[in-house]
Amino acid sequence: MKTFITSLRLSLAFMLLCGLAYPFAVTGVAQAVLPDQANGSIISNQGKEVGSKLIGQDFHDPKYFQGRVSSIKSDAAGSGTPNYAPSNEDMKKRVEESISTWKQTNPDVPLNQVPVDLITNSGSGLDPHISPEAAFAQIPRIAKAIGLSSDRLHQLVEKNTQGPELGLFGEKRVNVLELNLDLNRELQR
Amino acid sequence: MFVSLTIVSVAITLLIALALAKPTGNYLANVFDYESRRGGARFFAPIEKLLLGIGGVEARDQSWKQYAKALVLANTLMILLVYLVFRFQGALPLNPNHIESMEPTLAFNTAISFMTNTNLQHYSGESGLSILSQSIGIVFMMFVAPASAFVAAIAFMRGLAGKSLGNYFVDLVRSIVRVLLPISLVCAFFFIAQGVPQTMDATHTVTTLEGAQQSIAVGPVGSFLSIKELGNNGGGFFGVNSAHPFENPTALSNALQMILMLLLPISLPFTYGRIVGNAKQGRVLFVAMAMLFLVGLGITWGMENAGNPVINAMGVQHDAGSMEGKDVRFGTALSAFYATVTTASETGAVNTMHDSLTPLGGLMALSNMLLNTVFGGVGAGILNVLLYAMVAVFLSGLMVGRTPEFLGKKLEPREMKLIAATLLIHPFLILGATAIAFATHYGFDAISNPGFHGITQALYEYTSSAANNGSGFEGLGDNTPFWNLSTGIVMYLGRYLSIILLLAVAGSLASKRHVPETVGTFRTDNALFAGVWVGTVLIVGALTFFPALVLGPIAEFLTLG
Repeated sequence: MKTFITSLRLSLAFMLLCGLAYPFAVTGVAQAVLPDQANGSIISNQGKEVGSKLIGQDFHDPKYFQGRVSSIKSDAAGSGTPNYAPSNEDMKKRVEESISTWKQTNPDVPLNQVPVDLITNSGSGLDPHISPEAAFAQIPRIAKAIGLSSDRLHQLVEKNTQGPELGLFGEKRVNVLELNLDLNRELQR
Repeated sequence: MFVSLTIVSVAITLLIALALAKPTGNYLANVFDYESRRGGARFFAPIEKLLLGIGGVEARDQSWKQYAKALVLANTLMILLVYLVFRFQGALPLNPNHIESMEPTLAFNTAISFMTNTNLQHYSGESGLSILSQSIGIVFMMFVAPASAFVAAIAFMRGLAGKSLGNYFVDLVRSIVRVLLPISLVCAFFFIAQGVPQTMDATHTVTTLEGAQQSIAVGPVGSFLSIKELGNNGGGFFGVNSAHPFENPTALSNALQMILMLLLPISLPFTYGRIVGNAKQGRVLFVAMAMLFLVGLGITWGMENAGNPVINAMGVQHDAGSMEGKDVRFGTALSAFYATVTTASETGAVNTMHDSLTPLGGLMALSNMLLNTVFGGVGAGILNVLLYAMVAVFLSGLMVGRTPEFLGKKLEPREMKLIAATLLIHPFLILGATAIAFATHYGFDAISNPGFHGITQALYEYTSSAANNGSGFEGLGDNTPFWNLSTGIVMYLGRYLSIILLLAVAGSLASKRHVPETVGTFRTDNALFAGVWVGTVLIVGALTFFPALVLGPIAEFLTLG
């Protein structure tokens, strides 16, 4: 009985200390010191909130750079993937569809220049990045659609390429939303 | 050339963890030495005194039975309390997204899952839990769960050293106040600086460039994330865990997560060396585990980097390897690294979808959990490692025909019976439960990937439960009463049966007379013993699980592409 009462009291004490005091204290400090990150790295464009720097969006318009395949249509109220096994026939079908769509919309770029990240579902369903190669492969389509020179598009991709962190950690990558925002700015000039 | 740079970053991450292991191990030994005035005693004493006062704890040494009873009783009570929070979260405060109360079998599963340090999740974090449930349910358990296994391991080490086992409640308070809470607090801010959200606000809505509405779930993720990794909990704030850009925004947040996952598991061999007074043996066990770890890492990386033969055959540019279920910022290298660390340390956090790993990549993740001795989770891991060390001593003793000794204590029939029983729990739970799933329609109904991979899905789910890992082949449709109840039971038994039996071993050894070492004593602190230990782990593991592995990942590998 004594063990029971001690357990109960300590449980409630730790619920307060670890469960409430700890996260609320961290939240208080973070909101004061790092408000941008703490609230989800939201990007505003002309006073409107257009997304988060860290969360991918679905782009369908051929004039925009497109990101990873997302089975949840980049709905960041949740997160997820179809969890296909390498041997799953449904995955094979989906990849084949992506490839045939690619061939229709990007007739100038042969398949062997299409990096694998463009035709595979990301882990989060919200991947904000593609590889630089995946961005370069889309340049001919976009150049045709909006009439901007390939060289200028190349520069924009380079500008939005980040990583690896400290020159070593992680992969080189392009933030698709930020790149498309730059693209819009370029067109408005 | 890209790969070579990544190797350097992986090596740096491992070296940082390695450099921290010994000082942390020594610090832990001081924390749990009741006589010591080091280990932060002066600074933390007032908080500890307050907590022990609230609990009405008498700081008396406990027998192994009292220690085990206090541990199991306290843990079971915590499961009950959190179960109630989940069941009534819809009516309780701090629920800005108006999330409904949890269904009974799911609440049963989730409460056990987090209390046993498993963090198997049959719900999705964004839509299944209110902020109150995330706080006083999940985060609370993320502290007390690892703390409980942690102190069980300390008590076991004290027993081996011939000392009294200590007091469960004193140890629990010390482990949280002096270890888990301060480290979590500091690391939370690093994560937030990298871009992890920390807010009590509800979901954010924005208008995308193409004019659509996008809802973006946020929350107090930073504070959650650091204890998730440090405590080898692994449950995600978001459904996809550390693959979510908010739960792992950069390669640097990724590196810190891996260091935190490894920190306590790799420090405990050094703590062990200090407590039993044989630093060399602690080092020998550390090196033996590190070898198993590096082999697993190498194979996983190689397989993921080679890619999926089915996709490679379609003619796209596949230098990046198998990218299905992976995010670009991590690529195959950091994904394979994370998969190895999370399964070796029994954390269960993921930054890549394990269901989509290549067959042999998935096999290595599964093997780390089946062996359950490649460092393992905080506390539970070192207990298993020492269990295998005693089995190794016993088998060697049989071969040369004399009574096995470990740390100057004779291992006699009573201890060996307890050890053998502990050894059998793991395969019995995993293989038994998987067999039941497939003997009934429940197994087939839940699998989402047809063929051999489906067998791996169910096997992985129960392995992850029994080993208290918590990662999953998440395609499995596991939020059903059958899976909720069966994995709940497997997690509970996998956790507490082995802790009770091993505390009994410790109690039994503590009371034995020390046998002086002679030239004929089989040494357990040299390279030969490291070899015998690795051999024992592999032979016992392989004999037990090989048939099941052949039916699952190995068959998928052989038939792919």
